[in-house]
Amino acid sequence: MTSAPVESSSVPTSPLQVSHPAGGSRFGETLKHARYVVTGNPVTGFAFALFVIIVGAAIFGPAIAPYDPYASDTAAALQSPSAAHWFGTDQVGRDILSRVLVATRLDLTIAVASVALVFAIGGLAGIAAGFVLGWTDRVVSRISDTIMAFPLFVLAMGIVAALGNTVTNIVIATAIVNFPLYQRIARAEANIRREAGFVQAARLTGNSEFRILLTQILPNIMPIMVVQMSLTMGYAILNAAGLSFIGLGVKPPTPEWGIMVAEGASFIISGEWWLALFPGLALMIAVFCFNLLGDGLRDIIDPQRRT
Amino acid sequence: MTALLDVENLTVEFATRRGTVQAVRHVNITVAKGETLGIVGESGSGKSVTSYAVMRILDRAGKVAEGSVTFSGMDITKASESKMSEVRGREISMIFQNPRMALNPIRKVGHQIEDVLRRHAEAGSADARRKAIDLLRQVKIASPEERYHAYPFELSGGMCQRIVIALALACRPQLLIADEPTTGLDVTTQKAVMDLVVELTRERGMSTILITHDLGLAAAYCDRVVVMQKGEVVETASSEAIFRAPGHDYTKKLMRATPRPGIGLRDLLPEPVASASGETAPAAPGDVLLKVVGLVKEYPRKGATRTLGKLFRKNAAGDPDAMFRAVGGIDFEIRRGETVGLVGESGCGKSTTSMMVMRLLDPTEGTILLAENDIGDIPARSFASHPYRKRIQMVFQDPTDSLNPRFTAVRAIADPIMRMSDIHGRAAVRARCEELAGLVGLPLDLLDRFPHQLSGGQKARVGIARAIALDPELVILDEPTAALDVSVQAVVLNLLQDLKSRLGMSYLFVSHDLHVVGLLCDRVIVMRSGEIVEEGPTQQVLNAPKADYTRELLSTIPHPPV
Amino acid sequence: MLQTLAKRLLTVIPTLIGVVIVTFLLTRVLPGDPAAYFAGPAANAESIEEIRQSLGFDRPLPEQFISYIGDLATGDLGNSLSTGQPVLAEIRARLPASAELTLFGLLLSMAIAIPLGILAAVKQGSAIDHACRVLTTAGVSLPVFFTGLLFVYVFYFLLGWAPAPLGRLDIFFSPPPDITGFYLVDSLLVGDVETFRAALAQILLPALTLALFALAPIARITRASMLSVLSSEFIRTARASGLGTGKVILGYAFRNAMLPVITTLGMVFSFLLGANVLVEKVFAWPGIGSFAVEALIQSDYAPVQGFVLTMALLYVALNFIIDLLYSLIDPRVRIEA
Repeated sequence: MTSAPVESSSVPTSPLQVSHPAGGSRFGETLKHARYVVTGNPVTGFAFALFVIIVGAAIFGPAIAPYDPYASDTAAALQSPSAAHWFGTDQVGRDILSRVLVATRLDLTIAVASVALVFAIGGLAGIAAGFVLGWTDRVVSRISDTIMAFPLFVLAMGIVAALGNTVTNIVIATAIVNFPLYQRIARAEANIRREAGFVQAARLTGNSEFRILLTQILPNIMPIMVVQMSLTMGYAILNAAGLSFIGLGVKPPTPEWGIMVAEGASFIISGEWWLALFPGLALMIAVFCFNLLGDGLRDIIDPQRRT
Repeated sequence: MTALLDVENLTVEFATRRGTVQAVRHVNITVAKGETLGIVGESGSGKSVTSYAVMRILDRAGKVAEGSVTFSGMDITKASESKMSEVRGREISMIFQNPRMALNPIRKVGHQIEDVLRRHAEAGSADARRKAIDLLRQVKIASPEERYHAYPFELSGGMCQRIVIALALACRPQLLIADEPTTGLDVTTQKAVMDLVVELTRERGMSTILITHDLGLAAAYCDRVVVMQKGEVVETASSEAIFRAPGHDYTKKLMRATPRPGIGLRDLLPEPVASASGETAPAAPGDVLLKVVGLVKEYPRKGATRTLGKLFRKNAAGDPDAMFRAVGGIDFEIRRGETVGLVGESGCGKSTTSMMVMRLLDPTEGTILLAENDIGDIPARSFASHPYRKRIQMVFQDPTDSLNPRFTAVRAIADPIMRMSDIHGRAAVRARCEELAGLVGLPLDLLDRFPHQLSGGQKARVGIARAIALDPELVILDEPTAALDVSVQAVVLNLLQDLKSRLGMSYLFVSHDLHVVGLLCDRVIVMRSGEIVEEGPTQQVLNAPKADYTRELLSTIPHPPV
Repeated sequence: MLQTLAKRLLTVIPTLIGVVIVTFLLTRVLPGDPAAYFAGPAANAESIEEIRQSLGFDRPLPEQFISYIGDLATGDLGNSLSTGQPVLAEIRARLPASAELTLFGLLLSMAIAIPLGILAAVKQGSAIDHACRVLTTAGVSLPVFFTGLLFVYVFYFLLGWAPAPLGRLDIFFSPPPDITGFYLVDSLLVGDVETFRAALAQILLPALTLALFALAPIARITRASMLSVLSSEFIRTARASGLGTGKVILGYAFRNAMLPVITTLGMVFSFLLGANVLVEKVFAWPGIGSFAVEALIQSDYAPVQGFVLTMALLYVALNFIIDLLYSLIDPRVRIEA
């Protein structure tokens, strides 16, 4: 009996198609590629370091804050930054550095909670819509279109105003407002892959539609969703801060970056810049970090989409 | 006689993430005035990169590291960009594959031609339009005055390629470079396009470089041929010499691997391998395995009035204008042990037919019987979980698209085993996968690799292993080698033949390539516009076709001299 | 052409219905007793009951919805508790201020962002490209209210170049006659250069703040779109035909690249209309955004709902125009329909 001619193990078919090292687990390769991206691009490395610092501040903030963020000391009010108060004090004498540190936890929690919520609901709705199509698609797309008919921040305002002025409602409003974005990305990705060869092949090998959704489609769209989540983290922080700035959600004296900027706004005109600057900078750095991280993640996961 | 184009010791390098890669190495090519030169090679040979270097339209990451390109006495490797921009289109022109994508999608084709004319001062505003329409006429486009106002998406692939040719020849260049100009076009359109190019270039005394992977094409249209492999030129000779007496081993291998009339399957393989593999005894066909009767597939026509029509007319199904018949009532049989070829051009309905037989698509009408069992009745949606699913499997056209990028090779092969066989437990499944890998000639150490780490041929083997994992009775091969290099195709076709006799399967081989079909199939069915135009034993259909259409198909396929 | 217009208008209708339903729901999901909210903090049990009956909160929900639509049709958006005026009148009076600011900001932003994006794409890897990428990443990271405050601090407090952020015009000037409602346009139309300069001085800083905010997404999408188009096959054909760089980039590439940019404009408007609210608060700009924010602080709900509804309707109209613009440029959309 003839034996099938065996192909050699060497890979490249063209000088341009450089071979990947033989074997290796997917995790090992991802790690190597990750290290290449982080070290190759100093900006991503920098963003990652920043990310670690921010998370550290969120976790350890209350422990390492030099003063009690709520303790007022009217004698020391409106002091510019000094050795005793690195970020200065506000109009009732509270230490701004401590308040900024402690606020990290609240802002980060709001952001993480909203992103997790919108990923769960939006992501799943999107995959179902893009894969199953039919009525599911029509209903989900209608919901997205209705939400997108509003300027998103305005809708968030309306929702928080209607549901009540609490932090939970900020999370819910942010999730609702981001729903269309996640739903559309998930839907597009699921839809592209729906008729892909390997999905057809999976139907041939006895996989039910639901199983295909879970084992074939979902893992393939995760990378894109993760990138989007990182980018939305930044947006969620800005959203929460913006809502607090106009008096929705977080109430004084709770330390939160947005509300601190709002309180400091009236003092800028008279030259007391430190009340608004430091929380504003903290906001900027956090959002910047998440955006850079998102871009870096995109590089790791799908180099072709590099911007 | 000095050459029109002289490529001397050309080396092109690309900066990639993993360092510098030499795509083209020390290449020497000359083109004389009025000559048609063919550059032949498989993927990765560097043939396209060479032409890009000549036109100086290399990617940002690429550069000419060594050597020179002289055109008409002028060194173009050192020329300034503004000088090059004058040369391009006026002295040297290029046409590419994928014609519709090669045109500006939001600009009328007539205007695009005018742009080129104006750029090289071949026309002013007064006569630009007239000259553009004239060019359209020269490339044999019907009603050129109307087509002038058309957008690319309104035109067929063949027409778009004619427009691209018009653009290229508008300013009467001395040299035309045609980079795989017929890929993606139907066989009949291919011939029309190539004939047009030849006619126009000979008329004007132009030189042509034809870049292709198709040896048949090169044989039919070129005076001299350059064979490239992995960035180097391995042989240069006249067309006659190369095809009748190839010198280099690689050329010999390519020649042998090209399907042409009058050879057997084993003849595709390189000599030593061919003689080592024995002949496979042709099996006598058994009883009927698959019987298709009156198979019809209709699709509602798209259109703005459709929805409104649906509101007012209850039943559009009976309305002939409302429905598009992809498959219009066909009957055929496949016997056990047979390989039946299903051949036709794009849009003939062969893919739709195979999808229905595969039970991935529901027929509108008709019966599909698998060994007396009616499988046409079972809706496609529930067929995946049906026990009959095991009996029919498929090998897909694009090996890259048909493998889940996040599954290793072994996971992909294991999928049907885990879902539908009696084999359970990691060790047992793994053992079965290794057995299958041995059957298809896939080295075991490649099993844990991901698709992007495998070559085209290796991916094809994974797809085949997955298809035969459940010992199916019928395997549908949907253009399984269309995306593969010709030398890899030779190997895969032989593999498929061996597997068939070894495992006692039957094949339905769907293809547009009559020569390949001729090598593998016992019987051939020719389809056109959803109908069967001819059917019969391979030798009879290929050598003494009854239908005009079959004759037309046969005559348009270019092949190397026999 | 008219047929495409009519068809597109039809698709707007379900969106409008959705908007009306959502705004209705927003008024009815207030925690606790909605009547109490609308009566105001100073109301007693009797007046709350009065409000409940007059606003119909005691009737079943579908009935309330019908009367809600009826109210909208007649332009009744309720009354503002703080000013006592009908909400519609307040919004109508303040809309031009917001519109002028947003439009000016958008135009400023596009004037900078689009050329920047094109240059960054054409000269990929150069200093301009890096600057563009930094600017866009920084731009989407900056909280718009923070940027506004920074501008006020630097340009007003430190440098004294900008006037005090106290609204559309300095108190010494009177507004120009109301032709379009846009101070910049109206003052020019009557030839009042002094007022024009004063209005410009006031609008510059808030418009710049908005512009910076919109700059990032527009530059980013322009750059990405140009890069994608520049590497496409028809550009390769254009280059191979010897077409000049200018023609290739502007004539061929730019027009194709603009298509995704126009699509993104819709999203940019969404951000801008939201950012408008924040900028109006920072600069005390008398637009509908600050109207809503002030009402919020005083728990005055009718203006907030009117504001949300107005913004939504505005946004729907804007999207419709963008859609139309897109189909004007892309023949594939026009002809296929």
